[in-house]
Amino acid sequence: MATESRDYTEATETDRELTMSRAMVEAIAWEMRENEEVFYMGEDVADYGGIFSSTTGLLDEFGRDRVMDVPISETAYLGAAVGAAQAGMRPIAELMFVDFFGVAMDQIYNNMAKNTYMSGGSFSVPMVLTTAVGGTYNDAGQHSQTLYGTFAHLPGMKVVVPSTAYDAKGLMHSAIRDDDPVVYMFHKRLMGLGWMPSPSGPKTGVPKDDYTIPFGEADVKRPGDDVTVVTLGLHVHRAMEAAEQLDDDGIDAEVIDLRTLVPLDTETVLDSVRKTGKLLVVDEDYQSFGVTGEIIARAAEGALDDLSAVKRLAIPDVPIPYARSLEDEVNPGTDDIAAAVRELHE
Amino acid sequence: MVSVTDLQTMYEQMVTARHYEERLVDEYLVGKQPAFDISAGPIPGELHLAAGHEASGAGVCMHLRDDDTVTAPHRPHHIAIAKGVDLKRMTAEIFGRKTGLCRGKGGHMHLFDPDVNFACSGIIAQGCPPAVGAAMAAKKRNTDAVAVAFLGEGAIDQGGFLESLNLAAVHDLPVVFVVEDNDWAISMPKDRVTDVQNGAQRAAGFDLPGVRIDSDDATAVYEAAGEAVMRARDGNGPTLIEVQVHRRMGHFMGDAEAYRPEADIDRAKQRDSIERLAEDLRSHGVTDDELDEIRERAHERVEEAISWAKEQPEPAPEEAYENVFTNPPAQAATDGGSATDAPDDAGETGGDN
Repeated sequence: MATESRDYTEATETDRELTMSRAMVEAIAWEMRENEEVFYMGEDVADYGGIFSSTTGLLDEFGRDRVMDVPISETAYLGAAVGAAQAGMRPIAELMFVDFFGVAMDQIYNNMAKNTYMSGGSFSVPMVLTTAVGGTYNDAGQHSQTLYGTFAHLPGMKVVVPSTAYDAKGLMHSAIRDDDPVVYMFHKRLMGLGWMPSPSGPKTGVPKDDYTIPFGEADVKRPGDDVTVVTLGLHVHRAMEAAEQLDDDGIDAEVIDLRTLVPLDTETVLDSVRKTGKLLVVDEDYQSFGVTGEIIARAAEGALDDLSAVKRLAIPDVPIPYARSLEDEVNPGTDDIAAAVRELHE
Repeated sequence: MVSVTDLQTMYEQMVTARHYEERLVDEYLVGKQPAFDISAGPIPGELHLAAGHEASGAGVCMHLRDDDTVTAPHRPHHIAIAKGVDLKRMTAEIFGRKTGLCRGKGGHMHLFDPDVNFACSGIIAQGCPPAVGAAMAAKKRNTDAVAVAFLGEGAIDQGGFLESLNLAAVHDLPVVFVVEDNDWAISMPKDRVTDVQNGAQRAAGFDLPGVRIDSDDATAVYEAAGEAVMRARDGNGPTLIEVQVHRRMGHFMGDAEAYRPEADIDRAKQRDSIERLAEDLRSHGVTDDELDEIRERAHERVEEAISWAKEQPEPAPEEAYENVFTNPPAQAATDGGSATDAPDDAGETGGDN
């Protein structure tokens, strides 16, 4: 969207570059200063500052009442966040790894996501569920998933997946101010951790002041005429890298970062597909019944006559394996993306 | 000591709740007989009636204010009535009507009334964590509001309950957990599935007070709950109470109770907390005429609510799309871009290149 490209340009013009984790924390701290009803709870979010640096420094500024370590008891504290949100507070509750959703999915799905609807709108649940997602560091099947499709599939939750520091901050401001439950899925590899080096893309200029990025506005990261590449999270950066390679060969790929899955910016995808006629969807979640299928379905519903070829790259319906050679095999890489675009272009 | 006025109030709530359930039996069966068809008739869905549970709701909620939060399980009517939930709109919700508490989107297991901070959930024990959260909010805001989570004895083996005890205890939160022990988890008697016969013993493992009220008696519930609610209000942390109640009807309407000995059903009916409370009131000098008057008033209120509910319109089909979000995203972003909306200009902009 045009407005978002402008925002991004402005951001890159600011001198101050931040990692994604710093940008995310900056938004949280700003909201906590402005609104006493905002508090953060999770495992190891106080003294540790979040295993993936999602809360670094917050304890010092806000104290234990507002930055709460909680028992390893996701059902209790995610459900408590629902109760506090229904009482009008604005809790942020962290699920350390999204893979741990199973132990608390009832609170997430039957209470957090549904209580607004099932109460006929008489209750709101203004909470943010932050959670770390993604692989590429060989942590195997219970610590490496993204589960984008799982959360986006179930109605009642807004689902946010930032890929840069600029977006991470703006989307966090929007998430905390939103009156609905927002699942904020941050990719571990993008956070800028000393012990898990990020690619160069996610560290961006970030304005010091607060700003919001509206949900449902995808970002065209790179305009192009030949092939549309729709993706999110870590794979935005892999797709951008692939697009640079392809550019050398005279193939002009357009890269779209969805940024939010719910709501989904279908129009930006359709506009692009109407232009290029060729669609590649890249996702770090499982292939079947997920994001790739959904994007392709929407493209088919909205622009079937314009489409000449579609392809998708995703985790090929196996749990995430441990060994490096195995994980690399199943997680779409830059070369895989470049190869798929070439095939589409032929 | 409980005052005679409070006893009368509890009596009125209890007879309201009992008559409500008895009248819902009649209304529910309309159109569903002779061969029971759950999908027919004016009341949709399942119906879990709480006849025999009245002492628990009345005895506890007597101590609560509108700003105190209550979460209830799938058998919620007596608790909702005692908490002051709008009876007409609750009944309209049970009939699936547009003016129901939840605009016809919740039904009888999922009643929400923000005016009195009442919510219930159809998932066993899963109202406990949100009650803990409401208590957490009260504590953070430095108010003296409390939260009460009601659950059945079948729920005390559930993780959500045990985790909630721990979180409430570790943060000294103003929560009271009220276990209604009606002896039966659908068809499973307590001793077949639960290690303790006294559910209040669960409290010991979390270092919080646990009390069992072994008689189905509103006054006893009132006294124990009064202590627990005061303890919570004063900032002294959570309490677990288990109350013996009785299930006078099946688990849900249509349950033939083939698993349940006749003697147990008879016993449940004999041990009637409403009769017991009426006796107490008589011993305090309340006359039979006065009791009749209370009952008549309660019955009229129930009839009025049911008549009102039945006159209410059904929701318009398109309302199914409302209330997913409080701030719904712009339509264009969520409508899936259906093919019929797509401009028919493919030839000009599309590419077979």
